[in-house]
Amino acid sequence: MLNVALPKGRLGNQVYDLLEKAGCECPGIREESRRLLFDSADGSIRCFWVKPSDVSVYVERGAADLGVCGKDILAENSPRIYELLDLGVGKCRMAAAAPKGFRDPADRPLRVGTSFPNIVREHYAAQGRDIDVIHLHGSVELAPLLGLSDVIVDIVETGSTLRANGLEVIDEILPISARLIANRASYQFKLKEIRDLTERLKAQVEKA
Amino acid sequence: MLDETLLKGEERAMLALRSLYRSYGYRPFRMSRFEEYEFYMRNKDYLESGRIITFTDTDGKLMALKPDVTLSIIKNGEDEPGCRQKVYYDESVFRVPAGGQQFREIRQAGLECIGDIRLYDVYEVLLLAAESLGALSDRFVLDLSHLGILSALLEETGQDEAFQRKAALCFAEKNAHDLRDLCLSRGVDPAVTERLCRCAALCGPLPETVRELEGLCPAAAAESLEELRTLSRLLGETPWGERISLDFSVVNNMGYYSGIVFSGFLEGIVDTVLSGGRYDRLMHKLGRKSGAIGFAVYLDLLRTLRSEASDPDADVLLLVPGDADPERVARAVGKLTAAGRSVSVQERIPAAGSFGECIRLEEAETC
Repeated sequence: MLNVALPKGRLGNQVYDLLEKAGCECPGIREESRRLLFDSADGSIRCFWVKPSDVSVYVERGAADLGVCGKDILAENSPRIYELLDLGVGKCRMAAAAPKGFRDPADRPLRVGTSFPNIVREHYAAQGRDIDVIHLHGSVELAPLLGLSDVIVDIVETGSTLRANGLEVIDEILPISARLIANRASYQFKLKEIRDLTERLKAQVEKA
Repeated sequence: MLDETLLKGEERAMLALRSLYRSYGYRPFRMSRFEEYEFYMRNKDYLESGRIITFTDTDGKLMALKPDVTLSIIKNGEDEPGCRQKVYYDESVFRVPAGGQQFREIRQAGLECIGDIRLYDVYEVLLLAAESLGALSDRFVLDLSHLGILSALLEETGQDEAFQRKAALCFAEKNAHDLRDLCLSRGVDPAVTERLCRCAALCGPLPETVRELEGLCPAAAAESLEELRTLSRLLGETPWGERISLDFSVVNNMGYYSGIVFSGFLEGIVDTVLSGGRYDRLMHKLGRKSGAIGFAVYLDLLRTLRSEASDPDADVLLLVPGDADPERVARAVGKLTAAGRSVSVQERIPAAGSFGECIRLEEAETC
């Protein structure tokens, strides 16, 4: 049996749709209940919902053989996992944004507000730009409006929140989508099952 | 006579490994737990984590608690043409493990073969790696890869070092989709991209996968491919042949490793239990002329395979009154231990104890 960690929320529902179409229906998983684990009728997989940022932890530590996780979380945390498939859902991008008309203050470190400090450090280090990372845990768009940061680096889906706050994208950093990830040891010992499920999901992704 | 059941999992494992390594002429290597900090600073990139525990010695020198064994072994050896220095070790190292946040003492066993390394030596070390895993569990997989082939594949793209670093990371993650995007963004030849992506996904039994690789390998990697073919034949004749796979996700640090690299997994343990490879580049960076190959087994991971916490404290809980005659108690305990049973003498049942059975003194005397 394969244990599969799914991210709670809209992305998780989209991913479960794919699983269902791939023949891995887990009865009861869409119902409101206190149940935590959901087995497929043939007993080949067991799904469970976890907080999106915890999926890679469950997979890296082997509590889940497979999981579905956003590329943003993988790039930020660099878990030791295999990334087997781009599921093509939950598409968005990681971008730097600043107030309209922004000019980079080249004579001092750039202050960057973000929930993704590692991605930000790597991105600006590649440009050789000196930065001051301000690690925030939400409402990142607020930081440049109140002078806390010069720019922000955050996930941009439609850009409407940015526009509503007078911000605009100044730099594209990373395209994001949901990825199928696997525990490295599970991959060795459940190779056939994991490859089979990956292929079935790949067929659904290609159809979509 | 030593009762091996009393040893912890990693101690039992080390006994088995020691005997195995000695049978191939490997000698024990003992070392101090400390090394000058400056030595590690010079070779920081080789270490999994750059963080090191330091202290100032009585003479004012800044010292480090060893984060690694291989560097010290290389430092203490000398090149001797036509010979190999063959050593094994069982040491604690102190470092922040990959993905961890705090320093940990990590018990590590392993071996190093340093000198004029020939293909037989590579085979012997791979065989010992497989035998080491086999000594720890019946269910294991040894994945191997060849960095000579990976380097040739990456060189074939004609791209710079930054591209090659990113591409190698995609290999390590079996991430063929991002590798394809990366190649597309750099305008890599579509046929080269296709070969690269197929190799990134390669994983399977050694003979079949080596055959599959033959159609994908660039001409520059012909010698490395021939090395793999020979190793595949030789390893196929051992009892472990079916458990050895070719898998290009084994990448290690390409700045230090070259040639064959490998990783071992045991069923039930979620991390790599064994890791090794040929590290001629590290040798040359440290001023040595010889080649080298070796591996480490992370013994502390064995604790997750079998926890002794679930074992009972003793087979028998012998309940005796506080004022019982000590001679009667000694006789009863002697009778039980002579029958091969472990005994814990208590006046009442301990709240947190775990015992096979509970008997009273009178019952023990009559049974």
